[in-house]
Amino acid sequence: MSLKDKAAVVGVGATQYYKRGQSVPQTPLEMAGKAMLAALDDAGLAVDDVDGLALYSFGLGGDTSLFAQTMGIPEVRFTAMLTGGGGGAAGSVGLAAAAIDSGMATTVVSLMTLQQAVSRFGTSYAPRGKPGAQYSASPSPEKDFASPAGLMGPGQMFAVLAMRHMHLYGTQREHFAEVAISQRENAIKRETSLMQVPLTLDDYFNARLIAEPLCLFDFCLECDGAVAVVTTTLDRAQDLRQPPVKVTASAHGGHGRWGQAITWMNMPDEYFVSSGHRPVAQRLWDMAGMTAADVDVALLYDHFSPMVIMQLEDYGFCPIGEGGRFVADGNIRYGTGSIPVNTHGGNLSEAYIIGMTHVKEAVEQLRGTAVNQVADAEVALVTGGPASIPTSSLLLTR
Amino acid sequence: MTTPITPADEPMAKLPPAELIHLTPDVFTVHFWDAAREHRLVVPRCTSCGTYRFPPSAFCFVCRTQDVEYVEQSGRGTLYSYTVAWHPLLPDVSESVPYIPAVVELPDTGGVRLIANLVDVRPSEVRIGMDLELVWRDVHDDVTVPTFRPA
Repeated sequence: MSLKDKAAVVGVGATQYYKRGQSVPQTPLEMAGKAMLAALDDAGLAVDDVDGLALYSFGLGGDTSLFAQTMGIPEVRFTAMLTGGGGGAAGSVGLAAAAIDSGMATTVVSLMTLQQAVSRFGTSYAPRGKPGAQYSASPSPEKDFASPAGLMGPGQMFAVLAMRHMHLYGTQREHFAEVAISQRENAIKRETSLMQVPLTLDDYFNARLIAEPLCLFDFCLECDGAVAVVTTTLDRAQDLRQPPVKVTASAHGGHGRWGQAITWMNMPDEYFVSSGHRPVAQRLWDMAGMTAADVDVALLYDHFSPMVIMQLEDYGFCPIGEGGRFVADGNIRYGTGSIPVNTHGGNLSEAYIIGMTHVKEAVEQLRGTAVNQVADAEVALVTGGPASIPTSSLLLTR
Repeated sequence: MTTPITPADEPMAKLPPAELIHLTPDVFTVHFWDAAREHRLVVPRCTSCGTYRFPPSAFCFVCRTQDVEYVEQSGRGTLYSYTVAWHPLLPDVSESVPYIPAVVELPDTGGVRLIANLVDVRPSEVRIGMDLELVWRDVHDDVTVPTFRPA
């Protein structure tokens, strides 16, 4: 017994995407409302149909009460959130499917709204600065073992994993560049993308190093905006405005000793250099009865380009350690590659809404309405961020 | 394609500014920091099954025993991985780059790793697997943190 093919995504919607801070004077809750209304309209549903909210990463500030009262949801029957951060993005739709499969709710909205006008995720682990400055969350006994060394941003932390991947497997900066360049190629064909200029290998190697081996173009964008996804029962999905996109499998979690991952750096050696996704990937494939070979398009969470390479390995698109050469061989290119990756441009070049744009793109691919449409796409993989546990993923099918 | 990624006039690694370093120990981590102030590196080991745990915490992750003994370390280490922070993420560190946050594995601890800065080295000289030795950094009167240099 599982949630396989019990629920379907029937609506997706988004606000415009903005560079960091430029969504002001809208509020985050206002953008969440606009995205939900757009997703409901896409589905041919109304707020009166919504009875559940399935979130992640402290979406809506970690509290749905104000949103429900503001939007006038008639009765909330399910309200829950995956713990952790961006790791739960894809899994929030799995959480919605679980709510629906259990009978606790019938029509569930997953969403992310983001405004980085004041705080920036890029320095989310920074220590408190000079008096009056406040860069980040409060200190903790555990952070005492990372902060004094100046590890203050996720990019610096993932750079440590990338450096060891290069050491163990001979991965090159050219391989990271291929992730960034291929996704930029996808992004520039889309009106929604914040990045509209092609990226060359020269541009990449001339860009400033931020945290070696990572340069500016290995880092995702810093954005504002909101994306919402509506999931309902497979029965109900048959009669709505859009062709149903089935939730065929979803999993979240990870090894306990992956734990806080990048902020403690004591993960077991056998999977230190990974995306943390391996056990989640195995459960996803088991639930679906599929493997990487069945996937037509992969929307892989790309906060930092090397983590796309490690997810390609962890989901079995190539052997462990071969990800760099796999992308260098052109395998992730739209139109010519064996597995097109991040056809929307991803967090690196379209917009960073903590991974929900990946769900939206997967749905559009399976409807056959994507801008960079993969011909006859029937199976789409979506992943949440390589991060502290839980990581998560979602397999959608037509 | 060769890709030199360090500038020609490469500086020595620097350190994050002392003003940014403050500790908030709890009952489990305070012993580590108390010892550090005395320039002793200690790692807690389970009194029941002998597993080292880090950071210090309430339970052994193998046998869930709470009691530990603090085992003093030699100060030798091996570089497990690192990054070079070339770009200041905050104005407060603009005079402190490049600095090198490193993950240092301690021998004979079952793989315990410390996060600490590398010193007395240029970024291009750093190699994963290199032998390191501990150098204590007295940050404030009551705060000392470990750093490492090539052995």
